[in-house]
Amino acid sequence: MHELPQQLANGLALGALYGLIAIGYTMVYGIVQLINFAHGEIFMIGGFGALSAYAILPTGTSLLIAIPVMIIGGAATSVAVACAAERFAYRPLRSAPRLAPLITAIGLSIALQQLVWQFYPDAKKAVSFPEFKGAAFKLTDSLSIQRADLFVLILAPLCMLALGVFVQKSRSGRAMQATAQDPDTAKLMGINTDRIIVMAFAIGAAFAAVAAVAYGLDKGQINFEMGFILGLKAFTAAVLGGIGNIYGAMVGGVVLGLAEALSIAYIEDIPGMSQLGGGAWSNVWAFVLLIVVLLVRPQGLLGERVADRA
Amino acid sequence: MRHRSLLVLTTVITTGALTLTACGSRDGGDSKDNGGGKKTTVVIGVDAPLTGSLSALGQGIKNSVDLAAKTANKNNEVPGIEFKVEALDDQAVPASGQANATKLVGNKDVLGVVGPLNSGVAQQMQGVFNSANLAQVSPANTNPALSQGDNWGKGEFKRGFKTYFRTAATDVVQGKFAAQYLFRDAGKKKVFIVDDKQTYGAGLAAIFADEFKKLGGEVVGTDHVTVKETDFSSTADKVKSSGADSVYFGGQYPEGGLLADQIKKTGAVVPLMGGDGIQDPAFISASGEANEGDLATSIGYPVEKLDTAKKFIEDYKTEGYKDPYAAYGGYSYDAGWAVIQAVKAVAAANNGKLPTDARAKVVEALGKVSFEGVTGKVAFDEYGDTTNKQLTVYKVEGGKWVDVKSDTFNQ
Repeated sequence: MHELPQQLANGLALGALYGLIAIGYTMVYGIVQLINFAHGEIFMIGGFGALSAYAILPTGTSLLIAIPVMIIGGAATSVAVACAAERFAYRPLRSAPRLAPLITAIGLSIALQQLVWQFYPDAKKAVSFPEFKGAAFKLTDSLSIQRADLFVLILAPLCMLALGVFVQKSRSGRAMQATAQDPDTAKLMGINTDRIIVMAFAIGAAFAAVAAVAYGLDKGQINFEMGFILGLKAFTAAVLGGIGNIYGAMVGGVVLGLAEALSIAYIEDIPGMSQLGGGAWSNVWAFVLLIVVLLVRPQGLLGERVADRA
Repeated sequence: MRHRSLLVLTTVITTGALTLTACGSRDGGDSKDNGGGKKTTVVIGVDAPLTGSLSALGQGIKNSVDLAAKTANKNNEVPGIEFKVEALDDQAVPASGQANATKLVGNKDVLGVVGPLNSGVAQQMQGVFNSANLAQVSPANTNPALSQGDNWGKGEFKRGFKTYFRTAATDVVQGKFAAQYLFRDAGKKKVFIVDDKQTYGAGLAAIFADEFKKLGGEVVGTDHVTVKETDFSSTADKVKSSGADSVYFGGQYPEGGLLADQIKKTGAVVPLMGGDGIQDPAFISASGEANEGDLATSIGYPVEKLDTAKKFIEDYKTEGYKDPYAAYGGYSYDAGWAVIQAVKAVAAANNGKLPTDARAKVVEALGKVSFEGVTGKVAFDEYGDTTNKQLTVYKVEGGKWVDVKSDTFNQ
């Protein structure tokens, strides 16, 4: 047996990261019914934007100042790319059959990866990212939390809370809900649906950039391919929690993260399962979980908020 | 419910589609036609990952072969023959490698191929080249099965493909050398073994484990990681709670660097050792300062320290290639030069002209080449393996790979 609290902490931190990225999938899907497969690359570009912002700062800047600058720089880059993608790649196809924007999204995802690979200096392999110096916080003998994990564990709930308040209380948030329920009626009520859709893309991109900073601070490196698998996992988290439901994205992320961490640590301890445990099988168990949830509860764990349309 | 089933459907389809996108292929050839007048053109094919996370190594391979071809043309090494390089990108994906092999076979001017980087890719290419009688010289494959057959572990050596050669020493040599160093020189007795399930990584880890146990060491745990994953914190915690005093990793630097870093972050003060797949500067940049003392074996002696490599390094600089020659540059140059020497021998035996069955003749001639290359003496044994069994152990010191022990391996 390996220490349970430590594995739970690992899973929670990983899950919070998935959840932050999953918001982008879930909001865009909730409003335009599009699975934006380029979102993983929006996350990746956020990381490179943050790194560029860091590079502009004078050397030796404390991370306390650098992190907010990196988040702003990353978010600005991500949001700009996401809005441009919405405007030029998705909007022209909005009335096309639903498969068309999906294919555009996959194309865009590859294009963004290759653009970074080609033009960002040294991005042909992993680029190092500023890291938290210093030891992990030791809570008990068997439980310590990395500084970067703490960062994402605090920031993810804060971001969620802010988003929840925004969607429930603000005028734009309510317009967003209205658009999600019925875009045509919303338009008749005088809501500028184009603006709302751009807003959904932008919020998702900003969250992805926060996740990218957290990821970089944790791993100490980012690379042009990192959006692919993380994007896929975050998408899984969004479906797991109930795509279209913003709280579901967070719940789905945490469930997925915990499932991965626990499967690595414990499945091989179950008698007869020793061949099916360890890091190599964590993706298998994560996707088995997804399939089971889709079979038993196809609307996802929390269900879709805007279900009255289906 | 129509939307729901559409969602499930798109989930499945797009997951599949995204997996496939990793298999695209792109031509990366940038060889120029120098317009050699009446000269016969001989193309040396190159197959390596020119894009993706291993592209730094792949670009080094491509450029080094290009340099060999340019040098041969400049020196008029084979009178009447102009060498050209056609480089294809396999993205480290076996299926792309196979497609590239088919493409190279289709080009009648190709008389030899240098590559690929990955043993797993080579497995898919060998058959294609063998049936077309086209010689292949890999500068980097280290899996023993490629040359000695699947049962090499049981002592049954059988050469499966007469067209396959390599200038890199195999993992048998490398894995055993690593085990001996870790046990004897570094004094580690309890090792935790992690691999990436790939042909290269898993094979290397298995050879290492056997030798380490034979020497009297203990394997206190094993785990596997998935290529392109980045979160290994759960595996790292397993290492810590196993009480291991060292970790052996069979795999490449993108995963190795992160794993080393995440193990250190748990507070476990153990060095990680790996093969030539992690002996790359990117391994160090992946793991910040925390990887001081990590170890890696690599084939040959450090290129920078060899007198024979001075000219290669200088020429490489002069040509002004954008990417460094990286870990396999010297071996790639030698592989390219071996093909050139074979073509030279074939032409010389046929009054300076290429015979109609030039491909088969080149394969024969390759078995007999022998010259002083960048990495030392280049020659192949009866399995197509290099006769050069020199190895070096590197250690991370002050953010750099520093060589700590070079030796010629004896069983």
